[in-house]
Amino acid sequence: MAAVTPLLLLLLLSSAPSFSSGSRNAYNINGRVKIPQGPGTKGYALPGRMSNVKVLLNGGQNITFLRPDGYFSFHNIPAGTHLIEVSAIGYFFSPVRVDVSARNLGKVQAALTENRKGLSELVLEPLREEQYYEIREPFSIMSLLKSPMGLMVGFMLAVAFLMPKLVENMDPEEMRRAQEEMRSQGVPSLSSLLPGGAMN
Amino acid sequence: MAIRSFFLFILFFSSSLSPVFSLYEDQVGLMDWHQQYIGKVKQAVFSSQRAGRKRVVVSTEENVIASLDLRHGEIFWRHLLGADDVIDGIDIGLGKYVITLSSGGSILRSWNLPDGQMVWESSLQGPKHSKSFLLVPTNLKFDKDNVLVVFSNGRLHAISCIDGEVLWKKDFEAESFEVQQVILPPGSDLIHVVGFAAFSQFEMYQINAKNGELLKHESASFSSGFLGQVSLVSTETVVALDSTGSILLTISFQDGKISSQQTPISNLVEDSLGPAVIIPSSVSGIFAIKTDAVTIFIRVIGKGNLEVVEKTTHEIAVSDALSISEDQQAFALIQHASSEIHLTVKLAHDWDGNLLKESVKMDRQRGLVHKVFINNYIRTDRSYGFRVLIVMEDHSLLLLQQGEIVWSREDGLASIIDVTTSELPVERDGVSVAKVEHNLFEWLKGHMLKLKGTLMLASPEDMAAIQSMRLKSSEKSKMTRDHNGFRKLLIVLTRAGKLFALHTGDGRIVWSYLLRSLHKSEACQSPIGLNLYQWQVPHHHAMDENPSVLVVSRCGPSSDTSGVLSFVDTYTGKELSSLSLDHAVVQVIPLPYTDSTEQRLHLLIDADKHAHLYPKTSGALSIFKREFSNIYWYSVEDQNGIIKGHALKCKCTGEVADEFCFDTRDLWSVVFPSESEKTIATVTRKLNEVVHTQAKVVADEDVMYKYISRNLLFVATVAPKGSGEIGSVTPEESWLVAYLIDTVTGRILHRVTHHGSQGPVHAVFSENWVVYHYFNLRAHRYEMSVIEIYDQSRADNKDVWKLVLGKHNLTSPISLFSRPEVITKSQSYFFTHSLKAIAVTSTAKGITSKQLLLGTIGDQVLALDKRFLDPRRTVNPTQAEKEEGIIPLTDSLPIIPQSYVTHALRVEGLRGIITVPAKLESTTLVFAHGVDLFFTQLAPSRTYDSLTEDFSYALLLITIVALVAAIFVTWRLSERKELQEKWR
Repeated sequence: MAAVTPLLLLLLLSSAPSFSSGSRNAYNINGRVKIPQGPGTKGYALPGRMSNVKVLLNGGQNITFLRPDGYFSFHNIPAGTHLIEVSAIGYFFSPVRVDVSARNLGKVQAALTENRKGLSELVLEPLREEQYYEIREPFSIMSLLKSPMGLMVGFMLAVAFLMPKLVENMDPEEMRRAQEEMRSQGVPSLSSLLPGGAMN
Repeated sequence: MAIRSFFLFILFFSSSLSPVFSLYEDQVGLMDWHQQYIGKVKQAVFSSQRAGRKRVVVSTEENVIASLDLRHGEIFWRHLLGADDVIDGIDIGLGKYVITLSSGGSILRSWNLPDGQMVWESSLQGPKHSKSFLLVPTNLKFDKDNVLVVFSNGRLHAISCIDGEVLWKKDFEAESFEVQQVILPPGSDLIHVVGFAAFSQFEMYQINAKNGELLKHESASFSSGFLGQVSLVSTETVVALDSTGSILLTISFQDGKISSQQTPISNLVEDSLGPAVIIPSSVSGIFAIKTDAVTIFIRVIGKGNLEVVEKTTHEIAVSDALSISEDQQAFALIQHASSEIHLTVKLAHDWDGNLLKESVKMDRQRGLVHKVFINNYIRTDRSYGFRVLIVMEDHSLLLLQQGEIVWSREDGLASIIDVTTSELPVERDGVSVAKVEHNLFEWLKGHMLKLKGTLMLASPEDMAAIQSMRLKSSEKSKMTRDHNGFRKLLIVLTRAGKLFALHTGDGRIVWSYLLRSLHKSEACQSPIGLNLYQWQVPHHHAMDENPSVLVVSRCGPSSDTSGVLSFVDTYTGKELSSLSLDHAVVQVIPLPYTDSTEQRLHLLIDADKHAHLYPKTSGALSIFKREFSNIYWYSVEDQNGIIKGHALKCKCTGEVADEFCFDTRDLWSVVFPSESEKTIATVTRKLNEVVHTQAKVVADEDVMYKYISRNLLFVATVAPKGSGEIGSVTPEESWLVAYLIDTVTGRILHRVTHHGSQGPVHAVFSENWVVYHYFNLRAHRYEMSVIEIYDQSRADNKDVWKLVLGKHNLTSPISLFSRPEVITKSQSYFFTHSLKAIAVTSTAKGITSKQLLLGTIGDQVLALDKRFLDPRRTVNPTQAEKEEGIIPLTDSLPIIPQSYVTHALRVEGLRGIITVPAKLESTTLVFAHGVDLFFTQLAPSRTYDSLTEDFSYALLLITIVALVAAIFVTWRLSERKELQEKWR
């Protein structure tokens, strides 16, 4: 841990020039939004998606946009602790807690609020992509069978074809007894239900 | 009871954890619609690019900059700037960059014209606040780099057009100097800055445009002072009015020498007109002054000789000048004449000759022309053609060309103040509007296509045909009431004072009406619309009447100006009547009573705390008298931190002898200590909310009784220091206190303090719970808390024997005057985003479980199940609790992308979310408005009471066929078997 901390500090110091300072008590916050443009980012690729990204300070107090290279800046921000949010359709960004130091001429320290991860530089990357639509499952026999209709048909078929098989394996004595019972209870057999069945 | 348990069963069934709102991509647009607007146009610049599509770039009062297609009026791209980032000026630089100056001249941005990508951004500071000007000279170059000249905050900047670098700057620090114009004479390297100083001094600075060096400074004193703006009539002459508004000063500063001439207005016009104002215009040689009734155009001849060229009493609008050749300037003039507008295009030096004169029929509901922007094009015969873009009183934007309206945009809908709904007419003979299916063949073809689609046999073209068929389904856009209550009219009131009725099926405008009562008049100087209320909702015995809405407005921005009521029929869109009130409207209380014609009773509270009853009929009065002692309301005084409860006392005493006027009395007041608390949010339950049951069955077959009262008020206060923005206070000096107050007795039922938290607070109150969103400074994250309030006085009714023996207290009357035995439960969770709005779904009978609708800072609407905000959540719920549907406790609320109601869309500039129950219990209608509009249907517990859109009828058909076939096959088999048996 002791080895890591100086390294982190070094990173912070080296990145300090990129967080340039302003005059008196107002400072500038400069940062960058990086959106991976890999082959994995398919889906609703809106044209000019970089131009539709907004960066918001303190819940909309200041709003700025990205330059073509992804850089953004807020001007004349007083020292203190601020919150930066990035709004980009299709991506989930964690809000960033930004501390602008009054003593160190507007040096900026940043940390993601979602996972409390410190940022050595104010480079914001999406935590994940957001898929707004359900993916329609391709047509498959399984999904058809699993639907209520499919189950109905399956059950029906099972009754129609497996039951006689079961009946066949039954003891003829028992079978006769069961038939007797059914007749006495007046449960109509399948054949008697149908118009042709009434004839026998 | 059976039905109830059935519903409970269904609710339980549907309470799986997967996101309830989820959409397939091909379902977009089936039940939802999205409309994009920009707001009232402030400034328009035409792109002069020869190649490519013609565009116009506009800035609006909603802080939008947008690039529109000049042929169709569609939006190419658009950006909504922050609420404080008001646009001061726009222009096009180098033909391919849109330059915007905003935030009082302190932010300069450049955007790529074709795609709207921001190219650079500069922050401009200055010594003091001043007017700001943005100038894009065409000929001023600086090392091959085009230069922008910006005057803002008392400083003149020259800025590179390529990268926004400041090339030079020059301060104007003189204490009282107020800049009026920045002039760039064409063909020279000079910049003239003119302005006033110390009330009566006229100052002129001449600056070298190459390096910002001050070349000359002249000043002249005018003892009579100045009034308002100056108008530039040439590059070296300005016209101003003296402080009395009756003498015109023509000031020229040729070669750095200031000379002036005074001309009393009475010399130009015989009859006295009263004080005038100068209308700023950029047409050289001509300026206009306006008095109450008359607009006068005056030409400047030579050095300060003035001549009246036209005097008109019509409403008139003038465009800026457009140079059409080296030395010719044209401008457009629009005059109103009853149902037409007359457009004339003139040359600046030739008033009497018209380049173009056209008359265009104009819908009266658009009101007056507020702004005109002119653009020219070259016709095939090489002559000049003109097109004008006009902005109307109702904020709509129209393009006129060759005497016709080429396109129009209803941009008034970008600024909605209030929304209500109205039912459509019942289907009767001759009422229905929509066409039914054309013929049997078409119908069959459609169904065959659908069948192919379900069987996955359709080709891509077929799929496209199916999709368009689904989207255009005439069923959803019919003009009659439907069985499920999905078709309604959304009545919206816009800031321009126009009412629109939008159809929920496809979002089209059914009718629109510019309220006459919101027109400027003698009695009513600056009328503003306030609210919309349902005035008459006929259902039983008044079926023949049309429903109507009440529009409450007042004559000025302060709350003590007199009010105006208008009543508008929601079927026809006609104003039934309007009332100019002799009292103010501070508060409107819709009462839950209707008179014999189903007009809703409303109580209007004026500034002197008198209550006025509307409608003013004897029937209403008798109903009101009956309920006289049951009417309570409260008022919130934000500045003093006082919440007061009121009741009615007696008829009005004093000079006003009015039957419908009542005196009021104060019942109670809650005073928050001003040094430690400041109210920032108050929320009550929606008046029309329906609660299905008071009992809530919890685990172990236990029952809890919700404390359901219409008179609960949620109040949030913060430390005065913490009422500012995030980051302005430390956690130690900020706190947030939430109260639940009974508004009849003023009793505080619950109070909770969140240390180290601050606003803004967004809250929603429903049934027996309130959910609020605030900022936790210690964790530096947003938090949402829930408070649920339960009635303990009924807790001992659980014993069945007591119920059987009649020893329960369920029938005992509930009075708010007895101290309620309540318990509250609350819990807090982290939430990622800032919120702009919060709402809760509402259904017809209140059975369906609820969802919170959160309008996030990214202008999306997220549906979040209320079960995530249940104070009974624990880290390890017991088996019984799990069965009840309690979700294990997590520290933050989940954001499931599929539960974004707005899916991949943004409701740019989101301001409000409205939910309206459909007739179908499972479904609620959601309308979100901001600069954009979005509408959709939601089923928080899935559509358990109807078949979903993607229900496969084909599969049902196939199943039935298969079953019938199976029956016959088995019958055959069994017959054969029986026969064999008999033969055996």
